[in-house]
Parts: sequence; C-alpha cells; structure tokens
Amino acid sequence: MQEIPINTDTSPNVILELIYRLKVKDVMTTDVVTATKETSLREIQYIMREKQITGLPIVMGKRLVGIVSMDDIIQALDKGYINEKAQDHMTRNLIVLEDDMPVSFAINYFDRFSYHRFPVLNKHKELVGMITNRDITSTLLIEINREIEELEKRTSTSSMSDEMHGEIHTYAIMKNDFENAGFASTEIKKRLKKAGVVPHIIRRVAITSYELEMNLVVHSDGGELIAEYTPDSIQITARDNGPGIPNVEEAMTAGWSTASEWIRSLGFGAGMGLPNVKSVVDDFKIESDFNGTTVVCSIKLQADEEK
Amino acid sequence: MQVKDLATLEGFVTQTMENGEASITDAYTGDLLSDVMGNAPSESVLITIQAHKNTVAVASLAGIEAIVICNKRSTPPDMLQAAKEECVAIFTFEGTQFEASCMIATLLGKVDACKG
Repeated sequence: MQEIPINTDTSPNVILELIYRLKVKDVMTTDVVTATKETSLREIQYIMREKQITGLPIVMGKRLVGIVSMDDIIQALDKGYINEKAQDHMTRNLIVLEDDMPVSFAINYFDRFSYHRFPVLNKHKELVGMITNRDITSTLLIEINREIEELEKRTSTSSMSDEMHGEIHTYAIMKNDFENAGFASTEIKKRLKKAGVVPHIIRRVAITSYELEMNLVVHSDGGELIAEYTPDSIQITARDNGPGIPNVEEAMTAGWSTASEWIRSLGFGAGMGLPNVKSVVDDFKIESDFNGTTVVCSIKLQADEEK
Repeated sequence: MQVKDLATLEGFVTQTMENGEASITDAYTGDLLSDVMGNAPSESVLITIQAHKNTVAVASLAGIEAIVICNKRSTPPDMLQAAKEECVAIFTFEGTQFEASCMIATLLGKVDACKG
C-alpha cells in the first residue's frame, strides 16, 4: 500500500509539528534524472534500469511536460511500441507538488492518489525535484530520531539535577600552580558529563570554571573554586585572598590585562578571561577590594536555546 | 574524518593517540589559549605552537580531540602524559601553523568553502 502511516490530524504534537515544519523541498530528491520528448521509450527503460528508478520526468528545458512510469514501459513492451518516442505515450495529466508546501500535503497526496512519486515544481513552475514516499519516511525517521534524542536528554537532565542536587565541591587553588591548573575544571566537567548534562551546557560551564581557575592561578595570592549544584543550575564561585582588582571595570574590558610576559607567552593573560566568562553565564557578579575578589556565576542546566 | 586520519598527513608525527577513532569535524588555529577556550569548536583539531600541559587542559575542556604542535617545537613529557590521561591526541609538525592549517582544511574538505 501507498499509505504513510502517519495521521495528519491526530498524531502526537511532535509529529504534527514535524510534518508541518518540514517542507517538500527538505525531503525531495533534487538529483533528478530526466528525459526529453524525443527520447525513445527503449532508452527510458535502460535509464530506469541503470538508475534503479521507476518513473522518469519528461522535460523541455526546466519545464515539466510529462512522466513515463514503469507501467508505461510495461505497456509499451506488451503492445510493441517500445521504440517510439516519449511524447507519444507519456502521461501528460500530472499531479504536482510545490517545493514550499509542508510535507503534510505530500502525505495527503500519497494517501489520496495512487501514484508512486510526484514531481516537485518551484514557484516559477520549474522542475526542482521528485518525491517518493520513501523520501518522506526516511526523512521523518531521521527527524523523529532527533526529536527522541532531545526528549531523552531532557528527561535525563531532570533526573540528573535531582541526583546532583545539594552537592558542593570546593577546590583549593594555589598561586602560580600551573602544574595543576585546570584540575578543578576537569573535575567539574566530569561530574556534569557523568550526570548526562548536554554538551553545549558543559562547554559553557567548562569555559567559566577554567577562566576563573586560571585567574586564581595567575593573578591571586591563592583561593578556592566552589561548584554548587542545584536542581536547575550550577553555581561557580571563585574566591581569593587578595590582592584585589584595582579597577573592576577595566578588568571586565576585553584586552585589558595585568599578566606578566611569561604568562602571556603561555597563551594566557590576553585580557579575555572575565569577558569570556560573562558572555557564557546566565548570571554574573563580581566584588573586589584589597581583601580579595569574589566572582559568582551561575549557569542553567536546561537552557532553552544555545547561548 | 577521524583523529587517526591526521596521522596520514605528510610531516605529521604522532606523539600520542589514544582516541584514533574520535570524530573530527572542524579545526581551530591559535596560540592564545583564552581565545581557543572561548571560540574553538568541539570535535575539532587545534593547530598551535603552545607546547605545554595547559594546552591539553584547554583542549580537554573545550572538547578538542587533537593538537598539532607546529614550528619544530618539542612536546614536554608532562604534556604527553596529560594528553594520554585526557585522551587528546598530539601530533608534531615541522612546518608553520599556516601550512598545517592548509593541509587539515584540505583533509576536512573545507578548501572549497574558503573560496566562498
């Protein structure tokens, strides 16, 4: 049977959204093999066999004028006119789809008509593709897979936040300890990964914790990095014992740095740390005086959109 | 492509490769690690001259799968050790970052994209 077993009215919302969001042009085959009116049915039979297709559009330039299907070829063999031209025997009364129509239209067409394929035209009435129900089912399967993956991630994220809820980890960071720089950030990243947090959120947390950790190593007299997990966010606090940032506003300016030549030669101290952090977190606070600096950042674990 | 495909490039010497099957879809060239941290895409290869342990930490946190150290710089043992532990591959290359980037762009099939 032709029917695509998806109901265009009462399917689950995810599916309905998919078949209205996807356009015919997202699904169709654009690499279309065509023939002209002058082509003989015999040649068309060879093309079908070679390309393993069951219907060939007949065109004049980009304009569609007919279709020769496998049935037409069988008829021609049966009745002995296989060497005649396509124009004499092609199907001229065609049902076509437009490339901007939603896929739901195409599904309805396959249900309603007994054709195995429909030609697709653009708004200039030019042939731009062919669509079969196999094209539709395979694209739908890919999209449905993606949707389910998202759903799974979402459910695992919510169970994860319960699992980590209330955890607090504190890492001591020593002044100029380049040897262990990155350790705390790596631990935080591993914790989130184990809990199944989505990769782009982990990346934002990693950027935040690493920049703050490097700041403690490079600029402070030593301090601590604290990771606190709540049901829907992670809070990262960097706290040090001095010497304090003389001008916080300058420190927040991209490119402004007090790092030494040696630190710069390692690829750090370019004045991008705090601006980097601020751009990836959902909430950012900084306080500094000669007793020390405290930066508190939080990142939501279930971001609605990529940041 | 995969990390192990980098080993086939002329002049690329494998220093450590625990993750040969890992997928690589992009590349980033830079020596400024804060910039790399903020901007390098994940599933990528980093082309740099920063031959020290901190580069591995940045790579691991940013999801970078491989590092190509250019300009005849040597890789210290603690860097290779860290790379093994974090499953980040390291290659050395005697040419410049530009040359390495060109070769990798070709391998990634991104050269046509550069022509715009």
